[in-house]
Amino acid sequence: MLSLLTHIGRFTLRQLSEMGRMFLFLLAAIFLAFRPPAKIGLIIHHIKTIGVDSLSVVLLSGFFTGMVMGFQGYYSLRKFNAESWLGSAAALGLLRELGPVLSAFMVTGRTGSAMAAELGTMRATEQIDALYSMAINPIKYLVSPRIIAGLIAMPLLTAIFDVVGIYGAYLVGVGLLGVSSGSYFSGMESSVVFNDVYSGFMKSLSFGLIITWVCCYKGFHAPPMATGVSQATTESVVLSFVLILVWDYFLTSVML
Amino acid sequence: MIRVVDVHKSFGGQQVLKGVNLNFTTGKITTIVGTSGCGKTVLLKHLNALLLPDRGEVLVDDIDITKLRQKELYAMRGRFGVLFQGAALLDSMTIFDNVAFPLREKTRMGEPEMRKKVEERLDQVGLEGMGYKYPAELSGGMKKRAGLARALVMDPEIVLFDEPTTGLDPVLATGIHQLIARTQQAFGFTGVVVSHTIPQVFEISDYVAILADGVIEEAKPTKEFQASQNPVVQQFIKGEIEGPIRVL
Ligand SMILES: Nc1ncnc2c1ncn2[C@@H]1O[C@H](COP(=O)(O)OP(=O)(O)OP(=O)(O)O)[C@@H](O)[C@H]1O
Ligand SMILES: [Mg+2]
Repeated sequence: MLSLLTHIGRFTLRQLSEMGRMFLFLLAAIFLAFRPPAKIGLIIHHIKTIGVDSLSVVLLSGFFTGMVMGFQGYYSLRKFNAESWLGSAAALGLLRELGPVLSAFMVTGRTGSAMAAELGTMRATEQIDALYSMAINPIKYLVSPRIIAGLIAMPLLTAIFDVVGIYGAYLVGVGLLGVSSGSYFSGMESSVVFNDVYSGFMKSLSFGLIITWVCCYKGFHAPPMATGVSQATTESVVLSFVLILVWDYFLTSVML
Repeated sequence: MIRVVDVHKSFGGQQVLKGVNLNFTTGKITTIVGTSGCGKTVLLKHLNALLLPDRGEVLVDDIDITKLRQKELYAMRGRFGVLFQGAALLDSMTIFDNVAFPLREKTRMGEPEMRKKVEERLDQVGLEGMGYKYPAELSGGMKKRAGLARALVMDPEIVLFDEPTTGLDPVLATGIHQLIARTQQAFGFTGVVVSHTIPQVFEISDYVAILADGVIEEAKPTKEFQASQNPVVQQFIKGEIEGPIRVL
């Protein structure tokens, strides 16, 4: 019994100190991002990598999510004879919730895991030590630009996801199920307000931060061996998913 | 002058350094030898505070670098050039960019001047015309040489070489030794060399120290070291199985 308690206590302490370290890591990265010289070239490079890597999966998943929403929305709305509201239902669902969350999942799987693996490999092959030895702060050089790039790229990808999704729902609703095209868009126009777009934007922004932060942290501190890198990659994806969902709940509840 | 005073270091339960005392004379080359896995790389990484000791001090010009604040520490590290055992080239960029990297990040040198300097260093290590390749496209020995070019490109005051010739053919090993000796004479840096290339490395060393069982067993000017009657030194130089160093 006592040993169980010690176990729980030790586990909690370890988790707490890990959380503290993660938080300090983020603070350092943000602080260093504002210290000149700014790494504009690197930031653009990482925006390009995140964008190019994730664009195809975001397009594909956005399109299919939209089409599914077309079917599901039509099915639910028809029970109330409200098929003409399909456009607004799809747009609200995508803009407020599914767009930010699903595209964040896609980016985590596609780019976040690669980030963790890359930094983990750099740790294992002493490249991070080499940066230190050249008097270059690896957090400023490796982490800060990735976090800023995540903050910029994530809302853009989410916007693409939203647009493609709305178009997918339109194809199904209007093309297949016979909702009128005019009511699809006019319903959307009359019910979507600025706050819907804004809350989706804030979500995607914070998800961009969560993904790059968690994945960089896990990669940066990976144990220096092959299994360490693979473990860091897995952990970074799982932790990102969990944090995205928890933070999503929190934001939804405050911004409703 | 770099002085290592009573440095202890453990990883988990494993004691690697058990009170190392060693001085490195300014403007001279000191070679550290010792069996594989005895802690030479660990000791080397203490010299520019990539690792911090559990106990003890590392003094560079009488400043204890284990207690420096971040800013001073970075300034201190800027005085060092390091060749890592695995070269540790940044694999996202070409060899040329790797060697140019410290110049780009740490100096305001103009592009043409920088280009000239990088190419000169690449020539010196026998990598002329290879600058466009990525680290993954090079052999182990070529990576080593590119790492050497990077370590020397900033004309550092102190250079740490972790096994500069391991994995090179004998001719090239001699070439690299000569390069180290030549640049040392030209720039007068303080050199610390970890090497298994015995006895060739003695030709460029002013002092030799042997690390055994977590302490410096013997540290002497090269001639005296080679003549030392210490059984550990004798066994190591001759590569004998029988003796105080326990292997296998
Ligand atoms: N970061 C680390 N974490 C845990 N153990 C380590 C770490 N670095 C080194 N060690 C351990 O310290 C010991 C000494 O390692 P070190 O790399 O210094 O050996 P070495 O003398 O350089 O050997 P070699 O000649 O093969 O390069 C090894 O047993 C190694 O397992
Ligand atoms: Mg070593």
